[in-house]
Amino acid sequence: MRSLSAQAPRRDPAPSRVAYRFQRLWLTPVFRSLVRTGLPSFALVVGLGAYLTDEATQDTLDAAIADLRASVAERPEFTVNLMAIDGASDGLAEDIREILSLDFPLSSFDLDIDAIHERVSGLDAVASARLQIRSGGILSVEIVERVPAVVWRTADMLELLDAEGRRVAAIDSRTERPDLPLLAGVGADAAVPQALDILAAAAPLADRLRGLVRMGERRWDVVLDRDQRIQLPETAPIIALEKVIALDKAQDLLARDISVIDMRNPVRPTLRLAEPALEELTRIRAIERGGQNR
Amino acid sequence: MTDLYQRQRAMRNMRLAAMQRGVVAILDLGTSKIACLILRFDGPETFRDSDGIGSLAGQSSFRVIGAATTRSRGVRFGEIDAMAETERATRTAVQAAQKMAGVRVDHVIACFSGARPRSYGLAGAIDLHEGMVTDTDVARVLAACDVPDYGDDREVLHAQPVNFALDHRSGLNDPRGQIGNRLACDMHMLTVDSDVIGNLIHCIRRCDLELAGVASSAYASGISSLVEDEQELGAACVDLGGGSTGISIFIKKHMIYADSVRLGGEHVTQDISKGFQIPLATAERIKTFHGGVIATGMDDREMIEIGGQTGDWEHDRRTVSRAELIGIMRPRVEEILEEVRVRLDAAGFEHLPSQQIVLTGGASQVPGLDALAPRILGQQVRMGHPLRVQGLPQAATGAAFSSAVGLCLFAAHPQDEWWDFEVPIERYPARSLRRAVKWFRDNW
Repeated sequence: MRSLSAQAPRRDPAPSRVAYRFQRLWLTPVFRSLVRTGLPSFALVVGLGAYLTDEATQDTLDAAIADLRASVAERPEFTVNLMAIDGASDGLAEDIREILSLDFPLSSFDLDIDAIHERVSGLDAVASARLQIRSGGILSVEIVERVPAVVWRTADMLELLDAEGRRVAAIDSRTERPDLPLLAGVGADAAVPQALDILAAAAPLADRLRGLVRMGERRWDVVLDRDQRIQLPETAPIIALEKVIALDKAQDLLARDISVIDMRNPVRPTLRLAEPALEELTRIRAIERGGQNR
Repeated sequence: MTDLYQRQRAMRNMRLAAMQRGVVAILDLGTSKIACLILRFDGPETFRDSDGIGSLAGQSSFRVIGAATTRSRGVRFGEIDAMAETERATRTAVQAAQKMAGVRVDHVIACFSGARPRSYGLAGAIDLHEGMVTDTDVARVLAACDVPDYGDDREVLHAQPVNFALDHRSGLNDPRGQIGNRLACDMHMLTVDSDVIGNLIHCIRRCDLELAGVASSAYASGISSLVEDEQELGAACVDLGGGSTGISIFIKKHMIYADSVRLGGEHVTQDISKGFQIPLATAERIKTFHGGVIATGMDDREMIEIGGQTGDWEHDRRTVSRAELIGIMRPRVEEILEEVRVRLDAAGFEHLPSQQIVLTGGASQVPGLDALAPRILGQQVRMGHPLRVQGLPQAATGAAFSSAVGLCLFAAHPQDEWWDFEVPIERYPARSLRRAVKWFRDNW
């Protein structure tokens, strides 16, 4: 028997009960994974959480991140020094500079290209815009302008519209653009392509043409001087107009004292005489009737 | 009897639980060494649903993933002598094996060689109620075996049905499903000292392990050392251990007799130590390196330094010839073998059809034993090695590990024991609820 009072032997190959139990505990898979992954991850989460939730640390971190960003963004490779606007008239370029109101130099990180593109494209006079930051710190804006095709007179203003009916600009007086044909009437801007076709067809009448009027947002009236009107139908207005022109060529129709040529029903053109012509016609008819009666 | 039945059944359930978990430890508590193997049951055979023993005799169902051996402490004659020392040695072995395996093991199957095993042949017979033999009938016939009075201080370690007879037909391996009127069975029962097995259970408890099975080491080394035809035709396995020598006789793949001689290799060492006046450690070393049992003329000239630590030059420079060493070892080895012969004769070994004797165990490795043993045990003697099992380290494949390896096979393929069958209804107390439940289960 091992002596109770004596010292333990210098080296016992057998593990102590504690060591034995600890080894068995350590070989338990649950305990092992808990200690090897659970505890470190728990400590990491708690430690990081405690560090990050501190107010001062957050400020420091934010400042550090801002500094880092600034140090990159302020490098000369990323500075944008000027804006070059191509394809725009001077007035439009002025407008663009005004609405963007960028104060150069600034970093390309601070430029929100998408927003700028949206704002430039939002201008009425701009058909499309391409933005690019070119090397050398140039913000290049390539503009395709809308070309005004007609002048549209509404109740209170004069507007320039392009061939698709999109608004280009407002003008103060008709004399600013006498070269463009005039449209009038509510909803005329929605049918500008048709109006342009009619105007093209009405080229033989160009010297007498005053403009087109949109009637009831569905059909056109061609207005000539001497208060003559050609009322065109809703469908196939060009054919109707060509008929009128053919009549004019054959019988000199428009030169007569006629106020309205009603082509709204194309199979039954109707003429409205002007007041003196009507009286003259009534008188002639009365004479004819009287002559007959006599 | 019921108490023992319950305990063995509990151990069997524990073993099933261990199998479910897949890891079980094998502990061979020997006199000279304690070996611990850790088995993992994950082989391709584990989940095979068909019956039969499968490829590689079912060994491919498990793999040894940890093995450790340590010098035994506090064990004499295969019995625990100093509990605390044995516990330390067990902890050493288990810890090293766990470290090698890298898994924690909770269930252990143990074997030991001592505790004076005693064999009984039991016979029982019943009349069958209905013509066909069922599981219940087998349980009834096992319960009907008349158990001898083996003493209060003894425990049943093994109780295996060996043979069944149905009417006039004997030698049945499995009578179930056969038709007959009278079923008889022979059972082999092995009892051991209950103190010893109690100590063993307590020692394993103290190591925080659960005992999932106990076997006699003579039985275990018989399983691993005897080849299949030897087990079938009849053979004896002599496990020459450190403190005791186990004998088991097999026929028709069943153990029919087991005994042990309380002599072993340690006694040889003690003889050398006493004869040459040298420490036991030196004697063990000399025995291992130079030992033998057959002297030749050459051995007179081979001098062995036996040394000493006294400081006396004459004493410390002593030498002995190998012939002298053999002269000391041989009588003791002869004594052991003669004692084995006596036990075999007492068991009636000479009446077996085949009288193969297989020597295994650590002490069987002494050179010249293969020439000495036939003079005492008869001509059919061979040296046995345990079966190769998967994953066993080379260092643990020697004859000294035959009982550990046998225990692995025992764990993988336990033989049917008495307690594997349901208790027949007659054994329950007359008014117990379980009897009623059992009656219902049997009849519906």
